[in-house]
Amino acid sequence: MTTLTTRTNPLTAGQLPRFTLVATMAGCLIAGGVIDSIALAPFDLGTTVFLGLVLFLPVMYILSRGVEGRRAAANRTATHLITGAFLLTLLPLVSLLWETLSNGVERFDVQFFTSSMRNVIGEGGGAVHAIYGTLIVTGIATIVSVPIGLMCAIYLVEYGRGALARSITFFVDVMTGIPSIVAGLFAYALMAILFGPGTINGLAGSIALSVLMIPIVVRATEELLKVVPNELREASYALGVPKWRTIIAVVLPTALSGIVSGVILAIARIIGETAPLMIAAGFTNSVNTNPTANPMMTLPVFVYDQYAHPGIDRSFYNERAWTGALTLILIVMALNLLGRLIAKRFAPKTGR
Amino acid sequence: MSKRIEINDLNCYYGKFKAVEDVSMTIQPRSVTAFIGPSGCGKSTFLRTLNRMHEVIPGAYVEGEVLLDGNNLYGAQVDPVSVRRQVGMVFQRPNPFPTMTIKDNVLAGYRLNNQRLKGSEADSLLERSLRGANLWEEVKNRLDKPGSGLSGGQQQRLCIARAIAMRPEVLLMDEPCSALDPISTLAVEDLIQELKETYTIVIVTHNMQQAARVSDETAFFNIAGTGAPGRLIEMGTTEKIFSTPDVQDTEDYITGRFG
Repeated sequence: MTTLTTRTNPLTAGQLPRFTLVATMAGCLIAGGVIDSIALAPFDLGTTVFLGLVLFLPVMYILSRGVEGRRAAANRTATHLITGAFLLTLLPLVSLLWETLSNGVERFDVQFFTSSMRNVIGEGGGAVHAIYGTLIVTGIATIVSVPIGLMCAIYLVEYGRGALARSITFFVDVMTGIPSIVAGLFAYALMAILFGPGTINGLAGSIALSVLMIPIVVRATEELLKVVPNELREASYALGVPKWRTIIAVVLPTALSGIVSGVILAIARIIGETAPLMIAAGFTNSVNTNPTANPMMTLPVFVYDQYAHPGIDRSFYNERAWTGALTLILIVMALNLLGRLIAKRFAPKTGR
Repeated sequence: MSKRIEINDLNCYYGKFKAVEDVSMTIQPRSVTAFIGPSGCGKSTFLRTLNRMHEVIPGAYVEGEVLLDGNNLYGAQVDPVSVRRQVGMVFQRPNPFPTMTIKDNVLAGYRLNNQRLKGSEADSLLERSLRGANLWEEVKNRLDKPGSGLSGGQQQRLCIARAIAMRPEVLLMDEPCSALDPISTLAVEDLIQELKETYTIVIVTHNMQQAARVSDETAFFNIAGTGAPGRLIEMGTTEKIFSTPDVQDTEDYITGRFG
């Protein structure tokens, strides 16, 4: 391949044509299919795709190594592995969304959002009692957790020094790891001590969720307050602004957009909790908007109840469970969108 | 509007580490005093003791006294917040508040302290401060735009405007031009010349030409070696320090033989 007349640029290397990627992929899939149907018969699509992809990596590496050189080949392999990992992560998520959507759309009707399960056996009924319950229980949990979590994070970042701050950080870390059912038992036991055994209501559910939510809020807010540049605090001190005003008027507004998204993520994380609510808030088929008396239904518990305790003609109960799950996902999505909007609104202003 | 600062036997510490040792000097009102010296010799640390910003760092403390027209800043029951209202500061890196507009940045000292300003009062203070910082002409049409949208040099002048809006007695500047280009530096230096008519100005600089250009008095700091505390080697009129210093180290530093 060496020609003596033309000067070759020493910076160039061989390059595989663009279609190589697709062609190799197709070839490997076909080869995988052949191996699958002959050696591992009968033919199965999943096995074929798996074999094809396993084959694809070394084949592509050898091809690229021969034409493009060692570095480019390693680069390609790494790119393929990362892309593969990304697709693999996406797969269950997309599948979950698709399943929920396709099964949930069946009962996604007006009746579902206007009626409860009161006196419903079999067909019909809805989840309005569970939607109210979820909104009330999560709302109270948020109102309780956000101020406590925020102030705890402010203490840790701005004031906390030494053993006390270290132990708070340690216990917050421990709290993020406690199983949610333990939070439910804690709330149940607390209510039993305060108001007598068997006190099951929305407030108890909120307490359980708060126990889970506070550490998440503390962690998120703490990280955000830490990244507020110290120069801004010093600029404020140098203007003769006291520390507490500096925190309220300079540090918090600078971190606000992040804090808002952190809180929304925390809500999204606890709104789907099932186990603690089953213990603390209980089950009911009726609308109950009073969090201080009687059990309160919530969406995750509704889904569980419909699926686990079906009546005659199971399909009606399964459909309601799917639609309940879909509603929950939609609520979380709406919260995320709202969070993004708020975060954008409060983000530090740039531009000229 | 401007006050004399007298410093007696001042030591600065970061925890157990003694960063500055045994400094005594007098800073004249309505003049510019420059601190020069190699990196790590304690100039900035010492400057930050003049408005009690040093102690903001955990573990940092000060021994000795700093007298502002005879009143000790480090006396018992002195509120650091009221000290800082009299002794303003401009930092090395421009640090406008990112959540605020240009206008709010200038008035930040009042707004953050919850002091009410009447509309007309606020407007005149805003214009006076921005004119004082040589920035008015450049920003007068976009006062409601965010301060972070300005160039680095403009941001630094915005920070100066913010400091002088509080009408301090003394203005401390910690390498105010080190992040700026020559043109913005010139603008800030011109400004320093104007400001010294009304304020006592103390400036830390690594740029000896700048010290020679802007200051009336110069103080040279040095360290004996790594880990040793910084000391004040020599202080005098800028003319004398830059032509016939008393100490050999000063001459070596100024002529570029070290540092």
